[in-house]
Formats: sequence, C-alpha cells, structure tokens
Amino acid sequence: MNCPECDATLNIPDDASVGEIVSCPDCGADFEIASKDGSNVVLKQAESVGEDWGE
Amino acid sequence: MSKLCIVFDRLRSEEKMLQKEASDLGCDTSMLDAKITQINTDSKKDDYDLGDVVLERCVSYFRGLHFTASLEFMDVPTINSYDVANICGNKMIMTLRLKKHNIPSPKTYFSFSSESSLENLEKVGYPLVIKPIIGSWGRGVMPLKDKDTAEAVMEIRDINDGPHDRIYYLQELIHRPPRDIRIITVGDEPIAAMYRKSANGFKTNIALGADPEICEITKEMEDIAVKASKAMGGGILGIDMMEDEKKGLVVHEVNNTVEFKGLARVAKRNIPKAMVEYALSCIRK
Repeated sequence: MNCPECDATLNIPDDASVGEIVSCPDCGADFEIASKDGSNVVLKQAESVGEDWGE
Repeated sequence: MSKLCIVFDRLRSEEKMLQKEASDLGCDTSMLDAKITQINTDSKKDDYDLGDVVLERCVSYFRGLHFTASLEFMDVPTINSYDVANICGNKMIMTLRLKKHNIPSPKTYFSFSSESSLENLEKVGYPLVIKPIIGSWGRGVMPLKDKDTAEAVMEIRDINDGPHDRIYYLQELIHRPPRDIRIITVGDEPIAAMYRKSANGFKTNIALGADPEICEITKEMEDIAVKASKAMGGGILGIDMMEDEKKGLVVHEVNNTVEFKGLARVAKRNIPKAMVEYALSCIRK
C-alpha cells in the first residue's frame, strides 16, 4: 500500500500486528496499523511522542 | 488454562516478545489496546478480554497509570500495581521512597518555585543536575554548571508552565565512570543487568544511543536492587544505579514499565519468559 502522506510504497510485513508502527521510508511519517485482515490493512496517524512517554 | 492480557498503547517488540513467551508457555494471551478501550463506573472484568492477570505495558505513563486504576477497580490483578506505578512514575516520590528505606541514592534537592530553586543552587553550589519529575529517556535532564545556564533553564520552565514544571528536582552530579547500571527485577529478584555506556555527553539512556553491555550482578548490586524493588512495592522494575567514586553504588532511578529489548538479546536469562511466569504466579487462587 502507499503512504497516505507522500504516496511512497509502504512495505508492511506479513506478520505485522494491529498496534504496530509502520514508518514511511521516504517522508518518515509514522502510521499505526489500525486493523488488518489478510493483506487488507487500515492505517491511522501514529501518536507523536508525549511528555510522559517512556519507562 | 490461565490467561494473560497484555495492555499496550504502542505495540513494540517487547510486547510481542511477551506475547510469544506466553504462547510458548501454553498460556492463552489477549492483547488490549488501551487507546481504544472504554471503561465506565459500572464496568466489570467480564466485559473485557482481560484474562486472569494483566501486564500493563503502555508507553504513555499517565495512560498506563489511569488504566491500571480502572483494572484494579474491576479487581483484575495488574502488574505493576497502581501504587508501584504511581511511586516510580514520579522521580520526587520515588527518590523520597528510596531515602526513607535507607537505599543509597544521590543527594537530591527539591524546590517549589523557580526563585527558590535558583536560591537552592546558589546555596548548594554548581553543578547540580535538573530532572523533570515526570518523563523518561533522559528528556529534560540537564547539568546546571553555572548561574547563567540555571537562569535560562528556569525561565524556560516558567514559560512552559506545565503543572509538573513547578516542582524543581535538583540532584548532585555523581562522579562516576561514563556508564550506569540497569538491573531488571522480577518479583524482587534481579534477573539481568547491563552497563549503559554514554554515547555522547553524560546521559546513559539506551533511547539516546547508549551502548548496552552485559553486567554480572554482584552481591552488592543484588542486595541494593532487592531493597529498592521492595521499597517500591515489587513487581517488574528497572533499577538504575551509578558507581560513585566515593559512595559506591547509588540508585538514581526505578522504572515502572521497563524496556528490555536490548538486554534481552544478550542476557543469560530469558527476560520476557521470567516476566510472564511472574505474572502467572500473581493470579489469585
């Protein structure tokens, strides 16, 4: 599928799971896999790093 | 068969490792995205696929903390508990807890306004390290080496004016080798440790590119880590120590939702397996 931001080709591994982050190799935008049914993948904008993120 | 639920908000390799180990142990596992889960005051455990025990693994501290409160409201055993997360997530509370339990830790100064913190700095002397009381990965941790730097940092704090920015946490700068030690404890037992060598500057966070190297756990490290874990209330923790030239080992941080991707590659113990086994041992009989 293509990057919703810049239209570059996104390679989503077959074993990727819902909740994983996919980064566009061209523009660097991050997307979260919102749902996955076989090769039918729906992406949503990933959250940006928050002040309270971490360990 | 026992069932484990892993609560997440960003599925990282750590959560996938935990899921795999649980599966290899023959444990049924569910993955629950906190971001899309709705809870109300009538919610019951059986309304969700929570299994018998939950490993709370949110990358957002506040999301994880409040989600844990909801889980405990529904009487779901959760690791770590709300109390442990609440203590470890706030550096000031965590530091006070360490000191109260006589665990060696760097001397730390607290002020509650920028003016007072600047006075504190003048009184104690430079350098001191300023740390935000909430936050990880070394963000906002800065050595204050002189008055000009301190005033600039305090001014930025005043401009940002987040509620936690009004708490000023200043810590002595520890004279140590350019590394610190991370020990992972599971149920008060140290299971693996690594040295984290600073990549650039004085920060040793792996998230900033510090180089991990396996560390043999000495008796002294073990004793301090066990005490620190018990002081926080147990669970699964990442205990950070520095090697002070004069005082020896000092604990400067205890982390709640510990990251272990790098250490898992080199540790002798299977870290995610130990975590899952511990979680399963916490299921109420």
